[in-house]
Amino acid sequence: MKTLVTVKRVPDPESTIRVKPDGSGIVTENVKYVINPFDEIAIEEALRIKEKQGGGEVVLVSIGAKVVSEQLRTGLAMGADRAIFVACEQELDSLAVARLLAKIVERENPELLVMGKQAIDDDANQAGQMLAALLGWPQATFASKLEFSADQKSVQVTREVDGGLETIGFALPGVITADLRLNEPRYASLPGIMKARKKEIKEISVSELGVDITSRLKIQKLTPPAKKQGGKKVETVQALVDLLHTEAKVI
Amino acid sequence: MGNVLVFAEHHKGKFPKSTLVALQAGKEAVGKLGGNCLAAVVGSGVEGAAQALTGYGLTKVLVADDPALANYLADVYAAALAQIIKAHEVSLLIATSTAIGKDLLPRVAARLGVGMASDVVGINADGTFTRPMYAGNVMATVSLDGAVKVISIRGTAFDATQAGDQAPVEKVTLSLDAADKKMRFVSFDEIKSDRPSLTEARIVVSGGRGLKSGENFTTYLEPLVDALGAAMGASRAAVDAGFVPNDLQVGQTGKVVAPELYFAVGISGAIQHLAGMKDSKVIVAVNKDPEAPIFSIADYGLVADLFKAVPELTEEVKKIKG
Ligand SMILES: Cc1cc2nc3c(=O)[nH]c(=O)nc-3n(C[C@H](O)[C@H](O)[C@H](O)COP(=O)(O)OP(=O)(O)OC[C@H]3O[C@@H](n4cnc5c(N)ncnc54)[C@H](O)[C@@H]3O)c2cc1C
Ligand SMILES: Nc1ncnc2c1ncn2[C@@H]1O[C@H](COP(=O)(O)O)[C@@H](O)[C@H]1O
Repeated sequence: MKTLVTVKRVPDPESTIRVKPDGSGIVTENVKYVINPFDEIAIEEALRIKEKQGGGEVVLVSIGAKVVSEQLRTGLAMGADRAIFVACEQELDSLAVARLLAKIVERENPELLVMGKQAIDDDANQAGQMLAALLGWPQATFASKLEFSADQKSVQVTREVDGGLETIGFALPGVITADLRLNEPRYASLPGIMKARKKEIKEISVSELGVDITSRLKIQKLTPPAKKQGGKKVETVQALVDLLHTEAKVI
Repeated sequence: MGNVLVFAEHHKGKFPKSTLVALQAGKEAVGKLGGNCLAAVVGSGVEGAAQALTGYGLTKVLVADDPALANYLADVYAAALAQIIKAHEVSLLIATSTAIGKDLLPRVAARLGVGMASDVVGINADGTFTRPMYAGNVMATVSLDGAVKVISIRGTAFDATQAGDQAPVEKVTLSLDAADKKMRFVSFDEIKSDRPSLTEARIVVSGGRGLKSGENFTTYLEPLVDALGAAMGASRAAVDAGFVPNDLQVGQTGKVVAPELYFAVGISGAIQHLAGMKDSKVIVAVNKDPEAPIFSIADYGLVADLFKAVPELTEEVKKIKG
C-alpha cells in the first residue's frame, strides 16, 4: 500500500512559548523545533502498515520554509522511503494546507493518507478533515487502532470519541488522523540516520501546484493569556477541607 | 449579516449541555453581529426530539431527517449541513468542540471552501474571534474571510442557554447521494459511568501518574470522587499507562474543563494538562513534590503523599456532607 504521511514542523512541546511584545508572533529565539508529535505517530503507523503488509511505500510531505527538511530527514531516518517538500514561506491556515495537499495527492495517488489529528502550534485540528472533504474521501479522525481487510482494500478504524470508542469502516482511499494512543513512535536508529542521507527529498513550489493559498483565517493579534496566580499552601487535609468549605465555599 | 446556524448535537435524541452552550454562543453572535439564530437537528427519526429545542428563543429549529443520518458519520453529516447552510442564508456556523464538532466542522468548511476557527472562547463585536493557540500559552484574535464563517466553540467559555420564545420546527429536504455515504458505522464501545460527565460536572477530581495503577484509582481516588459527587478526570500519563479510559484525559489534546472545583491529584502540571483545566474556578493540588508546577496555578496546594492524604480527604468531605 502506498501511504502519504503529512509532517509539520512545530515548536518542541517542552519549550516555553511567549508572545512578542508587539503581538505579531511568538518569540522564536531558543525554541527547538520537532516533528508535530501526532505526525510522528502517523509516520510510525505508516511504517507498521508497510512492515505488516510486507510492501508498499511511505511518502512524507511537509509544507513550509526550507528548514522543514530537518523534520523530513528525521522521518526518513525513522524509515519512510522518500519525502516531498512544498516550499512556502507564508503562514497558512488549515484550508490552504489542505488545498496544497490535495494537489500532492492528485500527483501521488496514495491509497491512504495518515496525518496528525492536530498541530500543537495552531491547535486547529482541521487539516485532515478538510483534505478528506476536498478529495471526497472518507475520514477517520482521532484513530487509536486500524484494521485492514485481508485484500487491503478497506479499513476499520477505532476512534477515541466522547464517552467511549467508536469503530467505523470504509473502502480505501481514505484519510486517517492519529491520536495519542495509536502507537508509540520509534526512534531513528543510527543505520536509519545514515540511510536517510541518501533518500530523496523532492522540492515543489506552490506555483507549480497552482493553488490559491490565501488564508481565510487571519491572525490579527496575539496576546499572552491571563495569568492565574497560585494561591496558598495548606498544611493539613483538615485545613484544606475547612478552606474549601468556609472560604471558597465550593464544598 | 445572514443567519447564524447552530449544529445541535444530540445523543439518541437528547441534547447535552454542550449543545445548550452552542445555542448560547449562537444567540450571543446574533446579539453582536445581527441575523437570526437557527438550530439544525440532524439525524433519523429526530422530529420529536427537535421539539426540545423550541423553547429557547431561537428563530427556527430545522430538522434534517433521513435514514442515512441514523449514526453520526462525517461525510454524510457534512453533506447535510452544507445543504442546510446554502438553503438558509447562513453566514455563521457554530458547534461545540466535542469529538463530533471537531470531526464535522472542518469538513463542512472545506466543502464550502471557507476557513474555520477552532475552540473559540470569545465572539467579538467587530466580527473577530478569540481563540487559544500553543496549548493556551497564546490567545489569538482572528478573522475569517468568506461568505460563511465556521467556528467551533469551547464548551467552557459560554453558559448553557436560557429558555425564551417559542420557535417553529421546520423540516428540510436533503438530497444525499452515494458519494456522500462512503463511511460506515460499525460499533460503539460505550464507557458506562454513573458519575456526572467530565465536561458538565461542578466538581472534577483528576488523577495522574502519581496514582501508579488503575487499582489505585479505584481504591484511592474513586471514593473521593463519589464523596464529592464529582466527575473523574486524568492526565495523559495516567491514560497512556492504561489506568483509566481515554475519554477521561484532560488537556490540550483531551477534554477542556472549567468546573467550580478541580482537584489535581498526583499530577505534575505540564502545560498540556494546564491547557485543559486552568480556567477552573478553584484549583486544588495534592502532590508530594513541593516544586511541582501545578502548585503555581493551584489556589490551594497540599504537599503530601496522596496515598495518605486522599483517604483522609475523603473522610473529611464525608463529615462535611453529613
Ligand atoms: C502532543 C502532546 C499532547 C499532550 N496532551 C496532554 C493532555 O491533553 N493532557 C495531559 O494531561 N497531558 C498531555 N500531554 C503530556 C504532558 O506533557 C505530561 O507528560 C503529562 O501531563 C504528565 O502527566 P502526570 O502529571 O500525570 O505525570 P508526571 O509528570 O509524571 O507527574 C506525576 C506527579 O505525581 C507526583 N506524585 C508521585 N507520587 C506521588 C504520591 N505518592 N503522592 C503525591 N504525589 C505524587 C509527582 O511528584 C509528580 O508531580 C501531552 C504531551 C504531548 C507531547
Ligand atoms: N504545513 C504543514 N505541512 C504538512 N502537514 C501539515 C501542515 N500543517 C498541518 N499539517 C498536517 O495536518 C495536521 C493537522 O493540522 P492542523 O489542522 O493545523 O491542526 C497536522 O498534524 C499535520 O499532519
